[in-house]
Amino acid sequence: MMITEIGHYALVLALGLAFIQSVLPVWGAKTGDGRLMAVAEPVALATLGLVALSFAALTVAYVRSDFSLVNVFENSHSAKPMIFKISGVWGNHEGSMLLWVLILVLFSALVAIFGGRLPQTLRATVLSVQGWVTAAFLLFILMTSNPFNRMIPAPFEGQDLNPILQDIGLAIHPPLLYVGYVGVSIAFSFAIAALIEGRIDAAWARWVRPWTLAAWIFLTLGIAMGSYWAYYELGWGGWWFWDPVENASFMPWLAATALLHSAIVMEKRDALKIWTVLLAILAFSLSLLGTFLVRSGVLTSVHAFATDPTRGVFILAILVIFVGGSLALYAWRAPMLKPGGIFAPVSREGALVLNNVFLSAACATVFVGTLYPLALESVTGEKISVGAPFFNLTFVPLMIPALIAIPFGPLLAWKRADLAGVAERLAAAALAALAATAVTLWLSGATGILAALAVGLAFWLIVGSLTEPVQRAARGGGGVGPFLRRFFGLPRAAFGTALGHLGMGLTVLGIAGASGYDHERITSVVPGERIEIAGYDLTFEGSTPRQGPNFREEVARFAVTRDGLAIAEMAPTKRFYPARQMPTTEAAILTRGFSQLYVSLGDPGADGRTVVRAQFKPMVTLIWLGCVMMALGGCLSLADRRLRVGAPRPARRAEAVA
Amino acid sequence: MVWAVFAVLTALAALSVLVPLARAGRSRGVAEDAATAPDAAIYADQLAELERDVARGAVSGREAEAARAEIGRRLIRASQRHEPAAPPRRWRLIVAAGLAIVGLPLLAVSLYGGFGAPTLPDLPLASRQSEPMDGQNLEALLARVESHLAQNPDDGQGWAVLAPVYLRAGRYSDAAAAFSNAIRTNGATADLEAGLGEALTGDAGGVVTADARAAFERARTLDPNAIRPRFFLALALGQDGRTADAEAAWRAIIDSASGKEPWLPVARTQLATLTGSTEPPPAAAPAAPAAGAPGPDAAEVEAASEMTPEERAAMIGNMVEGLSARLAREGGTVDDWLRLVRSYVVLGRTDEARTALAAAKAAHPDAADVQRLDTTAAGLGLTE
Repeated sequence: MMITEIGHYALVLALGLAFIQSVLPVWGAKTGDGRLMAVAEPVALATLGLVALSFAALTVAYVRSDFSLVNVFENSHSAKPMIFKISGVWGNHEGSMLLWVLILVLFSALVAIFGGRLPQTLRATVLSVQGWVTAAFLLFILMTSNPFNRMIPAPFEGQDLNPILQDIGLAIHPPLLYVGYVGVSIAFSFAIAALIEGRIDAAWARWVRPWTLAAWIFLTLGIAMGSYWAYYELGWGGWWFWDPVENASFMPWLAATALLHSAIVMEKRDALKIWTVLLAILAFSLSLLGTFLVRSGVLTSVHAFATDPTRGVFILAILVIFVGGSLALYAWRAPMLKPGGIFAPVSREGALVLNNVFLSAACATVFVGTLYPLALESVTGEKISVGAPFFNLTFVPLMIPALIAIPFGPLLAWKRADLAGVAERLAAAALAALAATAVTLWLSGATGILAALAVGLAFWLIVGSLTEPVQRAARGGGGVGPFLRRFFGLPRAAFGTALGHLGMGLTVLGIAGASGYDHERITSVVPGERIEIAGYDLTFEGSTPRQGPNFREEVARFAVTRDGLAIAEMAPTKRFYPARQMPTTEAAILTRGFSQLYVSLGDPGADGRTVVRAQFKPMVTLIWLGCVMMALGGCLSLADRRLRVGAPRPARRAEAVA
Repeated sequence: MVWAVFAVLTALAALSVLVPLARAGRSRGVAEDAATAPDAAIYADQLAELERDVARGAVSGREAEAARAEIGRRLIRASQRHEPAAPPRRWRLIVAAGLAIVGLPLLAVSLYGGFGAPTLPDLPLASRQSEPMDGQNLEALLARVESHLAQNPDDGQGWAVLAPVYLRAGRYSDAAAAFSNAIRTNGATADLEAGLGEALTGDAGGVVTADARAAFERARTLDPNAIRPRFFLALALGQDGRTADAEAAWRAIIDSASGKEPWLPVARTQLATLTGSTEPPPAAAPAAPAAGAPGPDAAEVEAASEMTPEERAAMIGNMVEGLSARLAREGGTVDDWLRLVRSYVVLGRTDEARTALAAAKAAHPDAADVQRLDTTAAGLGLTE
C-alpha cells in the first residue's frame, strides 16, 4: 500500500484547488459571471476531501509507526499508547499545521454547504478569501513543514513525543483552540468580502454573529483546557503564567469577545459596522500572530529564529500580507460602508462600544507585553522578562471597569437608555457585592483587602447577570407559577447572555480565591511523616516504582485525613521517559467542593528525603467552570435560531418613540 | 498503481471545477439578481418571526410596531441598490476550464515530483518486524532487543548481551547505561565492570574518568588477572601524569604476557612513549580496544579522527615506518608482518609491500606460515 504517498499527493492537489478557489469565484463576483461563482462550492468541498485524505494518511502512518516518515520518527514511538499515537499527529509543528488547514477547509466547506441563503456574490467572495488563506498555509506546509518527507533507510524506533505532551489534555486542547482560531477566519473572510463589495448585507450580519460565536466558544474552551492542562501537568499549580504562548491565544479571544458583542449590535441594530469589520480583521490577524509566535520558534529564542529563519520568515510574510493587506483594504474601503443606526451615548449600543474600547485596550496591553521583549531582544540583544507584574499593573486595572460595567449592558435599552433607572434595578447586585466583601473580610480576619474586593466584584457579576432575566420574568406579577412560566419562556439568547456574564463572575471568584487565599507548603519528608495544610493532614506512606508503557515512575503515596477522618489517598508521581531521557512530574489533585488540594513531588533530596510541594487552592475549579459556563451561554445563544431585530424599546415617555 | 490513484484524484479535483462551469453554463450563466433577493428573503423571515412572537405574546404591540418599522426601513434601503448582471463571456469559461484541465495537473505533478517519493511503499513497523532477519541488519536486531528490554528492564542477561554491541557501535552512553543495568540486575562480574569502565572512557573521549577508573578497579578486584582493567588503569596512570607508576604498570602487563597477545604491541608503545624512547608506535590499524584486544587507546583514535587527511596520512606513515624498523631489527610474528604488508597496500606503496612480504617469508620459512602469507597477500591483490 502507498497510503502515505497518496496523502502527500492529495495535499499538493489541494494546493492547486485552493489556487483555483482563490481566483475564479471572486473574479466571477467582480464581473457578475455566475458560472465562475458557481465553482466556489464544489471546489471548497473537494479541497476538504483532499486535505482530509491527507490528514487521514498521516494518522495512519502514526498509528502504524511508519518511521520512514521523518515526522513520525521524530515525534512517535512504537511503545506509545494508541491515544497518544493519534494525538501525536498534531502534537508537533508539521502535523499541527495540517490540522490547522484541515479545520480551515472544513469551515470553507460549511460555508459552501450552509451558505445557500447568502447572496451569491458574497458567498463567492467569502470562499475566495478563504481560498487565499488556505493556499498560503498549504504552500507554507509543503515548502517548509512537510509532514510527508520520507527517509530511507527507515529507523526502527522513533524519538517519542515530548512526555509533557503525552497527556489527554494535548489530545483535546489544540483542536479546540484551532477551531477557535480558524473559526475567526470566517468572520475575517466576511469582513474582507464586505470591503471588496463595498457594502454589508443583512445576511452578512446574520451570518457573522453565529460563526463568531461558535469560534468564540471553542476559543474559550480551548484556553480553559490549556490553562487546566498547564495547572495539573507542569506541576507548579499555577493556572496562568502570562506566557507568550498563552497570550498568543488570549489576544484573539479578547478581540473575538469584542467582535461577538459588535456583531450582536450589527445584527440587531444595523450599527457598529465599521467596528465589526475592523474587529473581524484584528481577531484573525491576532490568530495569525498567535500561530506565528508559537510556530516560528521566535519564542524559544530570537537567535534560534535568526539562525533558521525559513519557517519564521514564511509565516511572517503570510502575516504581513494578510494583516497589512486587509488593513490597507480597510483604510481604503471602510469609509464607503454606509453607517447604520444612530444611538445616544447611554444606550445598549453605547455600552457595547465601551466594551469594545476596553477589550481592545486590554488586548493592546497584552500585545505590548508579549511583543516588546521580543522586539527589544532582537534589536538590542537585551533579554527582559515581562511577567505577571506588568500585566497586573496594566491589564487588570483596564479589566476592572469593564467588569463593573457588565451587568449594566443587558439592562440598557437600545438606542437610548435611562442610566439611573438601570442603576436602581441593580441594587440587589450591589448589596450582594457589599455583603460578599464584608463576609470575606470577616472570614479571613481582615487580611487581603484586594482579594475581598475581587470576591465582591464576582458577586456583583453573578447577581447582576441574573438580574435581567429575573426582573423581566417578574414583570407582570401573578405569583410564582406565572413567574416561572415566563422565566422559562424567555428566549434562549437572554439566558445565553446571562450565563456568559455569570461564567465571567465565577471565573473572577475562582481567581480571587485561588490567588488571594491559597496555602502552600514545600517540605521534605520520609515515610511516616506528616504535612499539615489548610486543615488537612497528609501522611507520607512511602514510594514504589512502577513501569508504564513507555516510562518508569516512582509513585509516592499520601494518606489524607481531616479532623482524624480518612478522606482519600493521593499519589503524585515522578516519571522518567527513557526515549527522550526526560523526567516529568504528575501532580495528585484532590477536589473538595470547588477547592483543590494539589500535591506534587520535587527532585529527590540528597539525603533520600522526598521533596513535596503541597498547595491548597480555595475555589480554584471555578476558574475553569466559569469558562465552561461562558461557553454554555454561547451555545444557548447559538441555539437561539430566531432572527433578531433590536427595535428601540418604547420608552415610558411617549415622545421618545421614534 | 499509485499513479492510477493520483490520476483518479486529479480527475475528481478537475471535475469539481468543470461540472459547475458546465452546469451553470447550461442555465445560461446569468447571475441571480444578487443584490436584493436574499436580503428581501431575510427581512420577510424577520417579519414572519415578529408576527409569531406577537401571537405568542412575547412581544408587546408597541414593540412589534417599532420593530416592523425598523425592518421596513432596512428593506427599503436594501432594495435601493441594484447591480445589473454582466453578460457571460466565453473566454472566461475557457480560462477557467484551462486552469482545471491543464494548470491543476501540471502544478500537482510538478510540485509532487519535487517533494514526493512515488516509488516508496508504506513501511509500518509491524510488517517490518515480522520480516525474516538475515543477520546483516544490526539496527533492526538492536531495535528488537531494545523493545524487549523496555518491556522487561530487569532482564540482566539481555542487557549483558546488548551492552558490548553498543560499545562496538560507538554508542558509549547507551553502552554505559546497559552495563550498569546488567550489573544492577545480574550482579557485578569483572567483564561487566571492565565494559562499564570502557564505555565511560569512550564517552569521555578516551579519558579514563574517575567513574571509569572506579569501575576498572572493581573489575580488577573481581579478577586480578583480567587484562582489560589493568590495561586501562595503566593508561589512567599515564593520563594522570604519574609516569613512574604508569611505567611500572605497563612493565607488569608486558611481563605477564606470553608474547603472542594482540595487545602487546600497544602496551610496548605506551611504555616506550612513557620512557621517552624514540621508538614510534608499532600498530598501523587502530581499533577500539574491545573484547580483550586493545589497540591504540580511544584518545589516539579520537585524535586521528580530528586530523586533516594529510595529517592522518602522515601519522599512519610514521607508524608504518616504525613497525617496519622494529620488524627488521627484532623480528616479529606472522601477524605483525602481515600488518606491515597490509599497511603498505592500504597506503598504495605496492613495491614496499612486496619487499615486506619477501622479508616475512624469509623470517618465517615454515611451510604453513608461507602458505598463510601468500594467501593473505593474494587476498590483498598483491601478486609477485
